[in-house]
Amino acid sequence: MKDDVTSREDRVANLKGMGCERKRVEDARFTQGKGNYVDDIKLDGMLAGDFVRSPYAHARVVSIDTEAALQVPGVLAVLTAKDLEPLGLHWMPTLAGDKQMVLADGKVLFQGQEVAFVVAEDRFAAADGVEAVEVEYEELPVIVDPFEALKTDVVLREDLDPNADGAHGPRKHPNHIFTWEAGEKEATEQVLDAAEVVAEENIYYHRTHPCPLETCGCVASMDKVNGKLTLYGTFQAPHAIRTVVSLISGIEEHNIRVVSPDIGGGFGNKVGAYPGYVCSVVASIVTGKPVKWIEDRMDNLMTTAFARDYHMHGKISATKEGKITGLWCHTTADHGGFDACADPTKFPAGFMNICTGSYDIPTAYLAVDGVYTNKAPGGVAYRCSFRVTEAAYFIERMIEVLAIELGMDAAELRRINFIKKEQFPYHSALGWEYDSGDYHTAWDKALKAVDYDGLRKEQAERVEAFKRGETRKLMGIGLTHFTEIVGAGPVKNCDILGLGMFDSCEIRIHPTGSAIARLGTISQGQGHATTFAQILATEIGLPADSITIEEGDTDTAPYGLGTYGSRSTPVAGAATAMAGRKIRAKAQMIAAYLLEVHDDDVEFDVDRFVIKGAPERFKTMKEIAFAAYNQAIPGIEPGLEAVSYYDPPNMTYPFGAYICVMEIDVDTGEHEIRQFYALDDCGTRINPMIIEGQVHGGLTEALAIAMGQEIAYDEMGNCKTGTLMDFFLPTAWETPNYTTDHTVTPSPHHPIGAKGVGESPNVGGVPAFSNAVHDAFRPFGLRQSHMPHDHWRIWKTANDLGLHD
Amino acid sequence: MSKKMHIKLNVNGKDEEFLAEPRELLIYTLRERLNLTGPHIGCETSHCGACTVTLNGKSVKSCTMFVAQADGAEVTTIEGMGSPDALHPLQEAFREHHGLQCGYCTPGMITRAAKLLEENPNPTEEEVRFGMAGNLCRCTGYQNIVKSILAAAAEMNGAKEAAE
Amino acid sequence: MIPAAFEYHRPKDIPAVLALLEEHGDDARVMAGGHSLIPMMKLRMADIPHLIDLQDVDGLGGIAIGEDTVRIGAMTTQADLIDHDGLFAAAPILREAAFQIADPQVRYMGTVGGNVANGDPGNDMPGLMQCLDAQFTLVGPDGERRVPARDFYEAAYMTARADEEVLTAVTFPRQAGGYAYEKQKRKIGDYATAAAAVQLVKDGGACAEASIAMTNLSDTPIWSEAAGAALVGTGVDGAAIKDAVTAMLGDIDPSEDNRGPVAFKRHVAGVILTRAIERAWSRA
Repeated sequence: MKDDVTSREDRVANLKGMGCERKRVEDARFTQGKGNYVDDIKLDGMLAGDFVRSPYAHARVVSIDTEAALQVPGVLAVLTAKDLEPLGLHWMPTLAGDKQMVLADGKVLFQGQEVAFVVAEDRFAAADGVEAVEVEYEELPVIVDPFEALKTDVVLREDLDPNADGAHGPRKHPNHIFTWEAGEKEATEQVLDAAEVVAEENIYYHRTHPCPLETCGCVASMDKVNGKLTLYGTFQAPHAIRTVVSLISGIEEHNIRVVSPDIGGGFGNKVGAYPGYVCSVVASIVTGKPVKWIEDRMDNLMTTAFARDYHMHGKISATKEGKITGLWCHTTADHGGFDACADPTKFPAGFMNICTGSYDIPTAYLAVDGVYTNKAPGGVAYRCSFRVTEAAYFIERMIEVLAIELGMDAAELRRINFIKKEQFPYHSALGWEYDSGDYHTAWDKALKAVDYDGLRKEQAERVEAFKRGETRKLMGIGLTHFTEIVGAGPVKNCDILGLGMFDSCEIRIHPTGSAIARLGTISQGQGHATTFAQILATEIGLPADSITIEEGDTDTAPYGLGTYGSRSTPVAGAATAMAGRKIRAKAQMIAAYLLEVHDDDVEFDVDRFVIKGAPERFKTMKEIAFAAYNQAIPGIEPGLEAVSYYDPPNMTYPFGAYICVMEIDVDTGEHEIRQFYALDDCGTRINPMIIEGQVHGGLTEALAIAMGQEIAYDEMGNCKTGTLMDFFLPTAWETPNYTTDHTVTPSPHHPIGAKGVGESPNVGGVPAFSNAVHDAFRPFGLRQSHMPHDHWRIWKTANDLGLHD
Repeated sequence: MSKKMHIKLNVNGKDEEFLAEPRELLIYTLRERLNLTGPHIGCETSHCGACTVTLNGKSVKSCTMFVAQADGAEVTTIEGMGSPDALHPLQEAFREHHGLQCGYCTPGMITRAAKLLEENPNPTEEEVRFGMAGNLCRCTGYQNIVKSILAAAAEMNGAKEAAE
Repeated sequence: MIPAAFEYHRPKDIPAVLALLEEHGDDARVMAGGHSLIPMMKLRMADIPHLIDLQDVDGLGGIAIGEDTVRIGAMTTQADLIDHDGLFAAAPILREAAFQIADPQVRYMGTVGGNVANGDPGNDMPGLMQCLDAQFTLVGPDGERRVPARDFYEAAYMTARADEEVLTAVTFPRQAGGYAYEKQKRKIGDYATAAAAVQLVKDGGACAEASIAMTNLSDTPIWSEAAGAALVGTGVDGAAIKDAVTAMLGDIDPSEDNRGPVAFKRHVAGVILTRAIERAWSRA
């Protein structure tokens, strides 16, 4: 027995566990320029790879002449599809069940497509080599419109049998990829036919790009002596990459080590497998030297992983009083030249069937048709769970359109249709089981926080002043109540390439009472090293500062599916808690032994086990850790370690209420965000500081998407937005301050009740900004206009409404 | 390949001499030749500021400068701003106020912010936003970056006053 | 993005620059801050075997404020313009405009000479110099000559400067009256969707002199003599401003790009000019 002068409160604070604003452990190296990103890696004899890319969106490759390139000093090799074909690597599988050319095999399907890979002594020589490769092309008709793609005789994918089924069932046209359906078609149509009010609208969510500040890249290093391949890269899913590399290269998985070092932002861009990875691996095998490939910004924007590009046709029905009775949606999804979406296998349109949103809609139907066009492949979840942002945008626009149709206030329309607290777990018409929610509480809190009624009054006065010619500025109030579906996911219905979407955590407690935990996820800025240690601190009673979190090295980390779709906290966070509980269970037995009582007579108390009813008799977790290594305890193995592979029983359903107040200059199309209020409910909150940071960042990405960011093509398939001059990333000057708030509705099935938050602000932010624009023009008759709401499009809206006359 | 030039630089107080092709961009000199991998490459067209360093007293984007242009210059990178035992107040403030997430823009941000505070030791929030507009961040939404810089300014001014 | 290889030259004086230009002809180009040229070279849209860096050339820097005229050396940066209080007194529109160019880092490198000489219709200084009725000093093998900014621009990237000449300075009269540089852009660092430079002199209640130039609304900057004339003699009321805008719209010829279609740009040009005139008049 020893003195214990520390209060329980102090002991809790000392742990820096869940719920506290723990400062990030990552920051020491990042603020001192000591991060280790993939382009920082320097290996002996390392070579550089660079791509020859197609200037055309659709063309036959008649010939490739590499002679001149091979004469460039420093150039060692130029790989083409012909070189990869004998290895069976000229094509590779995509995550969506399609296949994609690694290097142009006879034709190219989008501008920027990889045609040849130049390997040189350094990046300067590689770039010179790229310039010297001569490719002869024969241009083919270009199809950039997915609706035209389904009508034309021009066949984009000549490698596919037009009569054969695709990976997701029958195809209707050579340029058609799949049809995916959810809900009840006939029943929904009957509801719509019989409805008192039906609102119908076409809603386009434009093509954009995650554009992390660090582009994609890798270093492949084949050690021919030991037969071991090491692949460093910007991988959001390192284990999945290891398995894919093994499957396509034939190298046994134990001989492949994949390492994700620090990653400079991912946002979905770094989930997929890209030709650069395959070519680097082949080049390393061929040359016996490490090969580095790093995208430049144009490569990044033009070729790897676009997002969205959903043409959504919706119908929503209601009673005259505004009770929604049915929802119908048909989406035409432009997937580009290859179907390289990153979705769970059974969900070729991701979780688009969350499109009933926060509302109790009894009958619904969704169909999605995927289509090939001459654009870059991708369709990734850009800071969202798979296609959830498309779904949220769709329903939050449809609600607004319905409110116009009904002549109702959109806040009230939402309120009367929310799923009620007592309806959870709620079974949606499109097949999901929402875990928990309290939408009315969140909504009322949000409306009150911004003085919604006051804003509406001010807006009405503004409209009058505008009509009197006293102002040229309109005011929009953008409302959104979103529900996400994140944390993919249960192995029973979620897999990628057959790999179940569980995740994992392995913990080792060291004798002196510190620990290391390794996870199957990988942080790209989310602060896992900070927050997962907080979860563990609370679970096992050792200070977070004494716990190292390690991710991203497949040789040491347990298998997991990586970080995207807000899955780290819901899945790996749960695994962490569960592994921690295994540690605690063993610690309880050790404590009981040391205290010479029965296991059931001790209980966990913050950082120790105490004898029930006699808390002055205890063993701290630190003491227990040491005992685990220095005492022979009958019936208990030495050591203190645990592993958990967590297969979540359900997804989690974070939600939130966002309100944006925007000023719009009808003459220039410029906007100003006057106020943005974001209430998030992500269940149990692990680190409020990090949550707030995630919300700020996600809202800013949403601002960009809604107000100007797009990947645009001309009719020849030329990408018009290939640099940061034209691809809109807001600076500190264009970005407003945000007000954050929260409610807490824990997930009932998650070990610590956490739901995930990183993507909520993007999912909810885009409709909030867009609805603000629409709302400003609602008094003048606007129903729908398309994003991005950049200056000229807003101006055009005003112009079309006659506001410049 | 073109003729190599004899280049002299002073980087973080240390004289460096080497032969380089004139087309070598300063960012590659720093990162690959001198192993100063703090400054990063983000956009390559002088929009993002991840490569920001201080050159002869100016904040510059080192991806848009040939090493030949920099010949004879004094350069400071994030690595020259503080040491693990004596962090620059900006380095402290960014950690304290969660002014970074993935960390990729951070060295450029802090290097630029240091110059901004040198020129304007007591900026308003608006001046910070305008003065940092050459640096893009994809993670933070800037709110906490602005907060960090304002806090560092207050800290540095307080330290100055205490010294006087 | 890696540029093609080149030979680098850093001459110390103008004769040395001219000798290099003569020796290498079309293969040579001068570079000031490099923030227009280097990205083009990195994208391999500009192939320059001989790059002549002007940073050490004598006599290209400095801002001289004379009794009646202002002379700005070609290598003066946008940051220098902003910092110079004497210049602010003599021609305050320069500071207002420079703040709207690019971002802080780029303003440390970007120069007046580079901005006016390369003929990019997106650059702000050319229109501004036309508004100020500046003269550009060009030095070539045959000596020095001056070309009015209003005669300098022929088409996108095509100017009155001969290949073997170097632009060494801009000179313009000390400005009186009100000024405004109004620019609409998508974000910091962008070129103008539309920009207007306006200088107005007020005498009694009427406009005595007016100069108006527009940026990025044609393949050259547009000094709209007619727009200025529409204001002179008026009280710069709504009708006069409308006349000025109408006149300006007759002179510009914008083309569609990512910033928007032609109709939008013409509309915004009118709005921006109206705002610029109103602000300039309020300061006159």
